[in-house]
Amino acid sequence: MSEVLLKAENLEVAFGGVKAADGVNLTIDKGEFVAIIGPNGSGKTTFLNLCTGYIRPVSGHVWLGDQEITRMAPRQIARRGIARAFQIPQLFTDHNVIENVMLAIASREGIWQAFTALDRPKYRAEAMELLELLNLGDYAETMAGTLPEGLRKLADVTVAMALRPQLLLLDEPTSGVSALERFPLMDTLMKAMKARGVTALFVEHDMEIVENYADRVVVWNAGTVMAEGTPAEVMKDPRVLENVVGIV
Amino acid sequence: MNRTLTLSGVALIILALAPQIFPFLQFTLTIAIAKGFAALGVALLLRAGLISLGHAMYYAIGAYAAAFMAQKLGITDFAVIMIAATVISAFFGLVFGLFLVRYRAIFFAMLNLAVSMVIYSLASKLYGITGGTDGLRVAVPTIFGMELSKDAFDGVLYYVSIVLVVALGYLIHRYLKSPLGNALSAVHSNEVRLEYLGVSAWSSLLTAYTISAALAGVGGAIAALSIGHVLPEYAFWTESGHLVLTAVLGGIAGIAGPFLGSVFLELIHTIAVGFAAEAWNMIVGVALLVVIFFLPRGLFGLFERLSGQKATDGEPKL
Ligand SMILES: Nc1ncnc2c1ncn2[C@@H]1O[C@H](COP(=O)(O)OP(=O)(O)O)[C@@H](O)[C@H]1O
Ligand SMILES: [Mg+2]
Repeated sequence: MSEVLLKAENLEVAFGGVKAADGVNLTIDKGEFVAIIGPNGSGKTTFLNLCTGYIRPVSGHVWLGDQEITRMAPRQIARRGIARAFQIPQLFTDHNVIENVMLAIASREGIWQAFTALDRPKYRAEAMELLELLNLGDYAETMAGTLPEGLRKLADVTVAMALRPQLLLLDEPTSGVSALERFPLMDTLMKAMKARGVTALFVEHDMEIVENYADRVVVWNAGTVMAEGTPAEVMKDPRVLENVVGIV
Repeated sequence: MNRTLTLSGVALIILALAPQIFPFLQFTLTIAIAKGFAALGVALLLRAGLISLGHAMYYAIGAYAAAFMAQKLGITDFAVIMIAATVISAFFGLVFGLFLVRYRAIFFAMLNLAVSMVIYSLASKLYGITGGTDGLRVAVPTIFGMELSKDAFDGVLYYVSIVLVVALGYLIHRYLKSPLGNALSAVHSNEVRLEYLGVSAWSSLLTAYTISAALAGVGGAIAALSIGHVLPEYAFWTESGHLVLTAVLGGIAGIAGPFLGSVFLELIHTIAVGFAAEAWNMIVGVALLVVIFFLPRGLFGLFERLSGQKATDGEPKL
C-alpha cells in the first residue's frame, strides 16, 4: 500500500479573468517521481505556488501527509518538509555557493544561533558532500550571483535539497539549458535524489525528458489536470497529443 | 584576518593613548565612540538593505534613560545606569521594531523618521519627565559607591568606552558570522529564498533591529554621561542622517567601519570649528563624495588595504 505524501483537492485561484487553478486534484505518493507537463501559462508554476503557500487558493485544500497546510506561510510549509527549486533560481547573490547551502543546513537546525559561526566544519562537510553529489564541488567558493545560468539552477536545487525535504518541487530544472546538456543534467539530479531518497514533483516541458525520467506524468491544461498516468499511457491520449505535444 | 586584528589593535592603542598626549581630544573621542556605537547599529540594518532615518531616537532614549535614572530615580551607579539605559533602548527597539520591520526601502526609512519625530516632540513636550526643551542635567555617577570628580570620571568613562568597543564589537562580529547574522544580508539579497528555507525574515530583522537600538542606546548613555546634559536635539532627524552618513563613510563591512567614520567626522568637526566653521559642511560633503566614488567599502576599505586583506566576497557591498 503506497503512502500519500501530498494531496491537493479542488484548488482554485484566478488572476483577473484567468483561472490559473481551476479545480486541481492531485496526489503524490511517497517515493514517486512525478512530472507535470503542459503548455506555457497553463498554471504549473501557480500550482507549486499554491502548494508552498506563496499564493493562497480561493478554495480547496492541500495536505502534506495527514497535516493540512492550506494557507500556511511558505516558511511554515518549508519547515514541514516541502522544499522548492524555482523556475528562476532564487539564491543569496551576496553569498558564495557553499554559504548558500550552509544557510539551508543551518536553517534546518533552527536559525536561532547567534554566536556560533555559520561556516563551521560540520556544515561545510555536509554542504560540500551535497555540492559534489550535484557536480558543483568546483563552484563552492563562487559568488552565487556570478554563476552561469545553468549552474545557478543546479545550485538552487542543491539549496533545496540541503533542507532534507520529504517532497522536492522542481520548476523546469532543465529550462535555459541547451538540448545537449539536458540529459546529463537530469542524470545528475536523478542520481542525487535517489541517493537522498527524495520524493519529487518536477515541471518539465520536454516530453522526451519526461518519458525517460518520470514514474508518472500529470498533464496540465488551462489550470487543471487534463490527464495522468505513466508516460506511455499519457502519450496515447489523443487530447494530450493535440493540446500538449502539439504545442510544446 | 590576523593583520586586520593587529591593525585594529594598533588603532585601539592609538585611541587609548591619544588623550594622554592631547588631553583636549578626550571629550571629542568619547563622543566619537558614542556616535560610533549608534552608527554601528545603523550599519547592521544597512546590511539587510534597510536605511533607518530615525536611529538617533534610540541614541536619545539611551541618553534620557541615563539622565532620568540619575536625576529622578536617584540611581547613581555607573554600571547600573549603563546597563539599564541599554536595556531600555533595546526594549523600545523591540516594541517599535514589531511593526517597523514589516516595511522595506523608502517606507522603512520614512517610518523610522516619523517615529523619531514623535519621540523628539515628546522629549520637548513632556516637561515633567524629560525637562522639555531645557533637557535634563546628568550628575556625575558613582563607581561602585565611589564618588569621583567630573575629570576623574571622564577618564574612567573614556577607557570603559574603549573596552565596550572591544567587547560589544566582538559580540557583534560573532553575531554577523552566525546563521542569524547571515540571514540579515540574505534578507537583502533574496527574501523569498530565505522564507523558503523556513526562516522568518521578520524575526531575523526584529532581532537585528533590537540589537541596533541597544547599540545606539549604549552610545547615547555614554554621550549623556560625558556631556552631562541631554536635550531633545539628540533625537532630531538631522542626527539620524548624521548616523547614516557616519556608517556609510566608515563602511559597513566590518565592525571597525562605523567607529572609523565617527572618529574621522568628530576630529574634522573639532578642527573645522576651530579654524573654519563654515567649511564643515563642505569638508563632510567632499569626504562623502570621495568615499562613494573611490572607496565603496568606506574608510574600512582603506583599513583592509592597509592590512593587506582583499575585500572578502561574502560581505555586502554598499
Ligand atoms: N502572481 C500572478 N499575478 C497575475 N497573474 C498571474 C500570476 N501568476 C500567474 N499568473 C497567470 O496565471 C497563468 C498561469 O501562470 P503560470 O502558473 O506561471 O503558468 P506556467 O508555469 O504553466 O507557465 C498565466 O496566465 C499567468 O499570466
Ligand atoms: Mg512556470
